This record gives sequence, C-alpha cells and structure tokens, in this order.
Amino acid sequence: MIPRHQTVLFVILLLASVIMGAVLWNQLRRAHDRLLHGEVLAPTQAPQVAPAEQATLMVANDADNSVAPRILTLPLPQNPEARARAVLGKLFDLYAAPDAAHPVPGGASSITQVFLMPIADAGGKASSTSPQLAVVNFTSAFAAGHPSGLQAETLTILSICATLDANLPRVTEVRFLVDGQTRATLAGHADLTRTYLATETVPTEGAHP
Amino acid sequence: MHCSEENGREVAEPGARFYDRSRPTGVHMAGKYHRRSLPGTLAAFLALFAFLPAFAQAPLAPRFVVVLDAAHGGDDFGARLGNQAEKDLTLALSVKLRSLLMARGMAVVTTRESGADVDADRRAEIANRANAAACLNLHAALVSGKSGPAVHLFLSSLPSSTDARFVPWRTAQSAWITRSIALAGVLNSALTHAGITVTLGRTSLPAIDTMACPAVAIEIAPQRQTDAQDGAGADNAGFESQVAEALAAALVEWRADGGQFGERRP
Repeated sequence: MIPRHQTVLFVILLLASVIMGAVLWNQLRRAHDRLLHGEVLAPTQAPQVAPAEQATLMVANDADNSVAPRILTLPLPQNPEARARAVLGKLFDLYAAPDAAHPVPGGASSITQVFLMPIADAGGKASSTSPQLAVVNFTSAFAAGHPSGLQAETLTILSICATLDANLPRVTEVRFLVDGQTRATLAGHADLTRTYLATETVPTEGAHP
Repeated sequence: MHCSEENGREVAEPGARFYDRSRPTGVHMAGKYHRRSLPGTLAAFLALFAFLPAFAQAPLAPRFVVVLDAAHGGDDFGARLGNQAEKDLTLALSVKLRSLLMARGMAVVTTRESGADVDADRRAEIANRANAAACLNLHAALVSGKSGPAVHLFLSSLPSSTDARFVPWRTAQSAWITRSIALAGVLNSALTHAGITVTLGRTSLPAIDTMACPAVAIEIAPQRQTDAQDGAGADNAGFESQVAEALAAALVEWRADGGQFGERRP
C-alpha cells in the first residue's frame, strides 16, 4: 500500500512536469514566430540586374593541353571583386558541363570569394591605379573533387590566371587559397603556395616549349 | 654490375661490380660470390695504388647519368587510375625504364625504390648530386574527355636565367631551362615517332623547379576515365612499355648529342 503523502507528491510532480512542458512549448512557438516575423521585416535590397557585357573566358582543353579564348555576354557587376567572381564562376560552370573539354566538378560555387588587393610599389605606396593581387578562395569540396593530374591541375590554374588577366587588366598576380587557408597543391600536383603571374605562360593549341 | 652509394641511393652502373650490403663482406661478380681475406684485400688495395698514376693520365669518359624520380609515395597516393594508385604506376615505370637504360649502358639514379614516400627536397638533393645528363620526374593520370592515351611533357615555368655560381634552391631549374627545353624536344620527337600522342606545357612543380639538371616532368595518361574498366590494366601495361621504350630511345639520342652532358654547369 502506497502511503497517501507519496501519492499526493507524485501527482503534484506530474502536474508540474506537464505545466512546464506546456510553457516551454509555448515559448518555443513564440520564439519561432518572432524569428519569422523578424525575417519578413528585415530590410532587403532589391537585386540589381547587372548590365550584360562581353567577357573573355580562357577555356582549357585537355585534349591538346591548350587554353583558348571564348567570348561570352554575361551580366557583370560593377564591383571588381564581384566581377572577377562572376567571370570565374561562369568559367567553372563551363567546366562542370557534361561535355566539357576540361571536366572539373563543382561549377560556380567552387569559388567562395575573389579578393583584389593593391600591390605596393617599391616605396611601399599603393594607389587606385596600382596593379592588383587577386586572391582566389576555393572551397575544400572543389579541391577534393578536382581531377588529380599534372595537366588537369595546371590547366585549371592557368585558365584562371588568363581569364583574370583578360577581364581585369589591373590584376597582375594571382594567389590561391582553399577555405581561406594556404594549401600545398590543388589535388596533389599544381603548386598553390606560390604567387602566379596573371600573364603566366598559357599553352595555345600546337604550342611547343 | 656495379652499385655505388650515392646520396644514400644505389647508383647502378653496367659493366661494374655490385656491392650488396646485405652480405657480410665480399664482392658479387658475374653471379659468383667471392670471400676475400683481409690480407688479400689489403694487397689488392696496394696494387691499386701502384696503378693510380696510369689511371690519372687517362681521361675518364663522363658518365651519362639519368635520374628517375617516381612521383608520390607513402601516404601520398597521387591520382587514382582505376584500381591502381599513381604512386605504384610511376614506380613500375621507373623500374621498367631503369632496366632499359642500364641495358643501353647508362647509369641510373632513382629517387624512390619502394612505396615509401621521399621528401621533395631529398629528391632534388639526390638529383642535384648525381651530375645528371637528364632528370625525369614521372607522373601518371587518367585522361578525361574525348582524348585517348597520351604523354604530357612539362617543363618548369620558371624564367630562364643566366648562369650564376649560386642559385636559390627553389628556382635552381631556372639556370637549366634552355637545356631542359632541348631535352623535351628530344623526348617529344621520340614519343611522336613511336606513334604516341604528346602534349607540351610548362608548370610550376617544386619537384623539377629545384632540380639543377635538364629536367622534364612526364605524365603518362594511359586510358580514358570512361574506359577504365577491368580489362584496362593489360592495355595500360602495354602503353607503359611503349612509352618506356620511346623514352629510352630518346635518351640514347640525347646521349649521342655531344656536349649535352658531362659538365656540371648548364
């Protein structure tokens, strides 16, 4: 036989648990509503449709180890960093296409950011017309999925350098990061620790060293 | 056969003696193992000194040394070629090529003899001390897309520099670019003559950037990715043999081209 005071205590505790659960559920629902309401009220900027411009993409071809120009009309932002990212994004979309001559998975999302930094002259000064260093930040998924090989990796690097050179004349040097970190190689071969020249030697069709 | 120790690696030289560290003492000559006593060894040593002046008079023919650098190793598998890792394929090619070159009277230095990894600087150190006439950095990859089996030749993208007494380690190849281009031309010619598709390019690869010798990175691309099925292994082996034969023929031609080797400076 259970003593009466224990029964009363059990009932009280049970009731307290139910009430606390109900209060928590109610608070959770209110917090969720508040979050959604805040998102709706958050000021948003209407997306600006960038004017379509011609861009020169330097597209790699594995068959003959060449990089050839392809002129496309793209909506390009005015901001140079966004412009660089848009151009490279389109280049990587071409590489992600099923019939690509230089197949690389990932597409435009492979590039997280492109930073443009002025290069100081010998006196340590940089102006608005100074040459720029482009820092291209890849995702780690891109580096992990990139085909491993001397030719495949070299062509990817060279086509990026050449594309930046063709569309952003102030960019003279290019560096590469993966998830914001320096990395020894892209996929086991191409050196990512060095600074590349934007005018790095690009193999053209039938080129000999 | 003769093997001397050079930078911790065995340098095989045809027509000479073979030193085997696994045996207690002695010389392995023409398949026979002779144990010499200490007095006998001393007598032979003294006799050698008696003939040294005669040797000093005769000019020694420069050795034609080829460095074979099989890329990757250890935990670094490199590219995946079907069910085979790049590190295994490059090692197999290195072994095959070494046999072919030794049969043609060349001395061969290898940077890697097993699956173990060798540090990039250590590889360059081995190559740079070999006073080599040619340094071949071996790679392998699958060709994707519509292209068939091919060989990709890569030179260092470093700019050519004038000869200097001291060169930075990371850009040692810059003083050898001109001769590397000549070597790539000979390799390209031989491979093309053998009916192999060849592409040429330049790349930034620390393995050859640090080499102070005519250096070319060779990437063999045996099979298209879409065709890499179970039966592809035998075809790949045939292609590797074809490439190895063509490379050996190219190096024979490179050796025959006078003045391309034998001097330490470029």
